Formats: sequence, C-alpha cells, structure tokens
Amino acid sequence: MPVYLDHAATSPIRPSVLIHYSKALEQVGNPASVHSFGQSSRQMLEEARELIAASVGCDRNEVIFTSGGTESDNLAVKGLYWQRHAQDRNRTLIVTSSAEHAAVLDAVNWLVTEQGAEAHFVSMNEDGVLDLAELSEVLEKRSDQIALVSLMWANNEIGVVHPIQKITELTRAFAIPIHSDAIAALGYIPVNFAASGLSAMTITGHKLGSPVGVGALILARSEKLTPVIHGGGQERNLRSGTPDAAAASAMALAIKEAVGEQAHLQGLHSRLSARLVSGVRQVAPEVKFSSENAPRLSNNVHFRFPGCLGDSLLYLMDVNGVSISTGSACSAGVSSPSHVVLSLGANSDEAMGTMRITFGHNSTEADVDAFLEAFPKAYEGAKKAGLTRR
Amino acid sequence: MKILAAMSGGVDSAVAAARAVEAGHEVVGVHLALSRMPGTLRTGSRGCCTVEDSMDAQRAANKIGIPFYVWDFSERFKQDVVDDFIAEYSAGRTPNPCMRCNERIKFAALLEKALALGFDALCTGHYASVEKDAEGNLELHRSFAMAKDQSYVLGVLTEEQLKHSYFPIGKAAKKQDIRKEAKDKGLSVANKPDSYDICFIPEGDTRDWLSDKIELRSGSIVDSEGAELGMHDGALGYTVGQRKGLKIGRPAKDGKPRYVLEIRPKENVVVVGPEQALTISELSGEKFSWCGKAPENSIDWFEAEVQVRAHGESHPCKLRVVDGQMVIRPNMPIRGVSPGQTAVVYLGPRVLGQATIDKTVSAVLEQV
Repeated sequence: MPVYLDHAATSPIRPSVLIHYSKALEQVGNPASVHSFGQSSRQMLEEARELIAASVGCDRNEVIFTSGGTESDNLAVKGLYWQRHAQDRNRTLIVTSSAEHAAVLDAVNWLVTEQGAEAHFVSMNEDGVLDLAELSEVLEKRSDQIALVSLMWANNEIGVVHPIQKITELTRAFAIPIHSDAIAALGYIPVNFAASGLSAMTITGHKLGSPVGVGALILARSEKLTPVIHGGGQERNLRSGTPDAAAASAMALAIKEAVGEQAHLQGLHSRLSARLVSGVRQVAPEVKFSSENAPRLSNNVHFRFPGCLGDSLLYLMDVNGVSISTGSACSAGVSSPSHVVLSLGANSDEAMGTMRITFGHNSTEADVDAFLEAFPKAYEGAKKAGLTRR
Repeated sequence: MKILAAMSGGVDSAVAAARAVEAGHEVVGVHLALSRMPGTLRTGSRGCCTVEDSMDAQRAANKIGIPFYVWDFSERFKQDVVDDFIAEYSAGRTPNPCMRCNERIKFAALLEKALALGFDALCTGHYASVEKDAEGNLELHRSFAMAKDQSYVLGVLTEEQLKHSYFPIGKAAKKQDIRKEAKDKGLSVANKPDSYDICFIPEGDTRDWLSDKIELRSGSIVDSEGAELGMHDGALGYTVGQRKGLKIGRPAKDGKPRYVLEIRPKENVVVVGPEQALTISELSGEKFSWCGKAPENSIDWFEAEVQVRAHGESHPCKLRVVDGQMVIRPNMPIRGVSPGQTAVVYLGPRVLGQATIDKTVSAVLEQV
C-alpha cells in the first residue's frame, strides 16, 4: 500500500466528509432561486458559512465562498489593491515577501507589471523568519503610499510560521489593509480571524480533508474590495458565480473536524516529524532541515540535500511506495528551483535538492516506518545520479 | 530490462514507449523540461517542450500504463545546447543543435542519470536501429523508413551509449504505420503534427532570435582577393551559400550572381564569390567520434559515404584520420557545407562516425 506524505499539496478526503458530501450532492437547487429547492440549497450554504465562521473565529457575513485558495488570494490582493488605489492614487505600494505562495506572488507581480504597482519584499533570514524591524520601518516611512500588506500565516513549502498578531499590531496604527494566506496554517496551528487583527484571510478545505475546488476569503466587514469576477454578485456582491453549496458544506465539515482535533494532531505530527528528522539525519548527516531554528508547522518537514536532485529522490521514493514532494510544484509537473528556498539565500543547486514531507489527518507511525525504510537506498541512488548533472 | 522512455509528447516516442512495454520491459516514462526562465518567479512561458507537450506525454504514459515524471534539464540544455548554438554562430559557424542535444543531454546527462537510478537503457522514438555484427559488436543503422531516417542526428553516439540505447520504432517502414499504431492504441497524439523547427526558436526565425543575443555590426563584404564590394549589417547574420540580401551594387565581371563563401567573425567580414566556389573538395574536423567499434585502420584512406545534413543525400567519399583530424574527401565535390555542421560518415547502412566540420577546402579556389 503506497504511503501518502504530501498533505500540503492536498489531503485525502475524510471518510465522514465523503459521506456528508455525497448526501449533499443530492440536494437540487440554486441557492439564489426563490422556490423551495433553492431555499434548501441556500440553507445548506448558510449553515456551511456559519460552521466556518465558528471554526475560524469570524462573523458569518465575513465568509466569501470562492473556487479555492488561488481565487481567494487573487481576490484579496487585486481587490484590496484596486479599492485602496482608487480611493487614493498615491497608494501604489504592496508590502509582501518573496516566499509567498505563487497565488499571491504572481498576483502582486501582475499588478506591478501591468498596473503600475510597486512591491516591497520584506527580507527574511535563512530560516525564513521575516525581518519585522524592516517591516516596521517601511510602514513608518511609506505608510501613505501603501495599498496593502500581504504576508502568509505559515509557509506551505518550508513550514515556517509567521507571527501574524505581531505583524497586525504593526500595521494597525496606519489603517492599512492586511491580508494573510492561512491555508497551510488552518487546522495545523490555532487560527482565529477575529483575534488575529487581519483584514482578510485566505482559507481552503482540501488540505484538511474536503473536496478540492472550494475555498473562502474571510473579509472583515469593515473592509471593502473591488471584485475580480463580475456577474450575479452572489457573494456579498464581491464574488459572482453560483456558489457550490455541497462543496462548501463539505469544506465546512472538514474545517470543523480539523480545528476540533488540531491540538491532538499537532502533538502526533510533532512526534512523527521528530522521528523522521532523526532517522534522516542518521543516514544523511549533511542534510539541512529548513527553518530549524524558527517557529514551524509540526506537520511539515523540509529538507535540503546537498549534491542531489529533489526529482531523483522523489522518483526513487515514489517507485518504492512513498509519495513525497520536492516542495515546489508547477503546472507541468516540473520541479524548478524553489522560489521560497532561493529567497532564503540558498543557491540554485541547493534549491534543487529539496524534499518536503507533510503529514495530515490520517498520518500514522507506520507512514514514518515506510519512509525510513525506503529512504537510505533512495538517498544513495539520488546522490549517485546527482553527480551526473554537471 | 528496466527501461527509461524519453517522451517528448510526440507520437514517435509514445509508440516507442508502448512497444517497450509490449516487449515485456519494466518501463518508466520521463519528459524533459528543457526551458525555464531563470529568476525567482515561476514562469508560464516555455520556449520548447511546452506545457502542452508535457501533458501530451503524461497522457500517453497514463494510457500505456507506465509511471511518468518530468525532469528538469533546462540548465544543462541552456549551457550545452542554447549557449553553444549562440557561441557557434558568434564564431561564424552553422551549428546543429539537435545533434548537440543528443550528444550532451539525451544520451549523456539523461542516460547517466537513468543508469545511476537503476535503469538499464534509454528508449527514444528515433528512426534508427541498433544492430549486431558477426562478432557481436553493436552498430547503428539507418532506419528502414528512409524518408524519416534519423541516424544522422544519432551519429554522435559512442559504443558505450549504443549499449544502453533502445529504438523500438527504428525498424518501422513508414511514419503512417506509427500513427496508425498510436491510433489503435488509443493514444491521443496519433495525429499530432511532426516538429521541424529548432525547438528553442519558437517563431522559426533564427536570425531574428539571434539578433538580441549577439552583436551585429556593419562591416565589409569582400571578394576572395580581399577587394571590398559593399557593406553588410552584421556578418554573423549571414550563412554560407546565401545569395539574397547581399545588396552589392556592382555586378560581378562575368555578370553571374555572388554567394556567401565564408564568414570571418573576428574581422567582421563576409567573403563572397561565384556559385562554383561553394563546392567543397575536402572537409575536416578535430572533434570526431566513432559510432560503435572504430575502424581497424583509419590512418590510410578508405571508402565510405558522407552526409552533411539531417535529411541530405549521402556522397561517396574517401576518409582518414591524420594529425588528430578526421579528413573527408568527397569523390565528387559537394555543395552546402559550412564549418560547424556535422559530417556523418556511413558504410552502407551503418553509421561509422561523425565529425564537427572545422575546415572546408573549396574545389575551385584550391585549383586557382
């Protein structure tokens, strides 16, 4: 039985969610329809909204359903930028980091190249820890030019966790909208929107055991943004398109369950990670364990192996029944050097020798056993193949 | 055997992989990503081996029922093929990038990686076949499908590389048969058009592509005696044998058109002359290799055939190795040869070896 250790890419659907989702799909009706069918769908959608609000600590009206994390990030980054910039033409600056998910980074990059925005990337140290003194300085010096700040809660690739509350304390004085992509954090560490001080937060369910293709942007009631997708205005006039009530309902259940067992899973994942890291270090003492000295997600282990390629390791682990990731996926399935690892100051070779292991709701000690059994031979093979690159 | 099937996303490599599976081998498919913009941001644009090609290859692998991976060779490809292509043009030579790719990427970097990862051989969709002579030595032969024969671009393979090369469709008689087989196997690439252009020059316009990579300065156009006949707008933009676009005001004494005979990059000079001066009586190169077992005596002249372009004719010639150079004398002078091109030599259907041409001797000027 192959072992799945790539929950940060997507996690298997929870058995309870699968049953719930299958049932929900039987429901007929567009939530916007006035008749009884429509009203039943509407009820399912609104119950999902309330369940999510209760799970992530926000008001029910602050949940905007989308097609997933990428759409939510685009809506937040472009929508908040356009809104702020339209109010005040001097606001062209976006403060973010170069280790953000592509959904934020490419949206920012598009605003820079196509819309005259300017980006400031907050520096980080080799563990991926943001330089808050620098952030503070940018805020002080250029607060009247900043349109928004977008900094992820936890990094999906290397697992470093950013101090979101400290960051929002810095931005609060300047009344600048602040968005955070919390996809990697939700369900794996405590996440509470109201307590965080954020203006907007991206979430999705499929890293926690829901179907893919559904997500949400949590947007503070006080915050306005310009829509990206125009049409019927179904979600607070901020997002158009018929909401997928069944998927939203399944996501809500997955998030509720994940948040409910978060403390327990964090403990389990810490033990699994510690055993895996120590096992790998015995075989490969030269390995670098990313963000080792920083607060990090316990379900994420990210390695850099000098002198071998991540895709060789992935292949050799995969054919031996253990599915892991190099950490950076792209549409063609190519492992390019990770922009996250490069932004930690690593050279291109080091950024190619990466391996990411991520645990989820159904991970067990047996998964780590299987990994540690397959790893030594895979590492030996990948090291041998690694030398053929030059 | 454990076979790594290189899958470009085209029909030939897909059928080759399928045939390898049918032959009972354990097969894994791999697509090479050969282009990636450097920098910290991902890029959606790939000049060659596009995302579509990669998806086509993956779909074919799924259909055949083999595991599939994409491996990134873009850095190696840039250094060994693209940069080499630019450098060769900068030196006034005409390179063959497909040959370089086979020599340094597919049958070098990829094959080495495959062997290190535990594979026995690399399978590709090339039209050529590996045969054994009476003593069991491996030989590379032309494809039966002469119109598609790709033995020329494989001329760089050495005996060691032949040992680990597997061309399951090399004995196919016709391309149509391969397309039909793909269709019968339900492969969606069955009707995908063949690719002809240089893969990293998407628009197919080499001069335009080169123009922002190498400096083109104006300079003199001279005849073979050195007399200035006109001006050019960048010597490196010309190719040997070119007739059009020379813009020389004065006609030649005999009234016949002039052709580019030589490009001298250091002096930024283009040499022109009459058509018959393009015929070559000898060509030579120090970068040569034998495809399989080397001839027992290559010091003395021996009879062979030479081919100087992928789908060109082969010409009877004499051949020998002297002072570390492979020297080739076509029995009848040949046209359309310039430094940088590869001369592949054959003994009947067998590929004997190849040389990158460094020097050519004009059949006419030599006599002068």
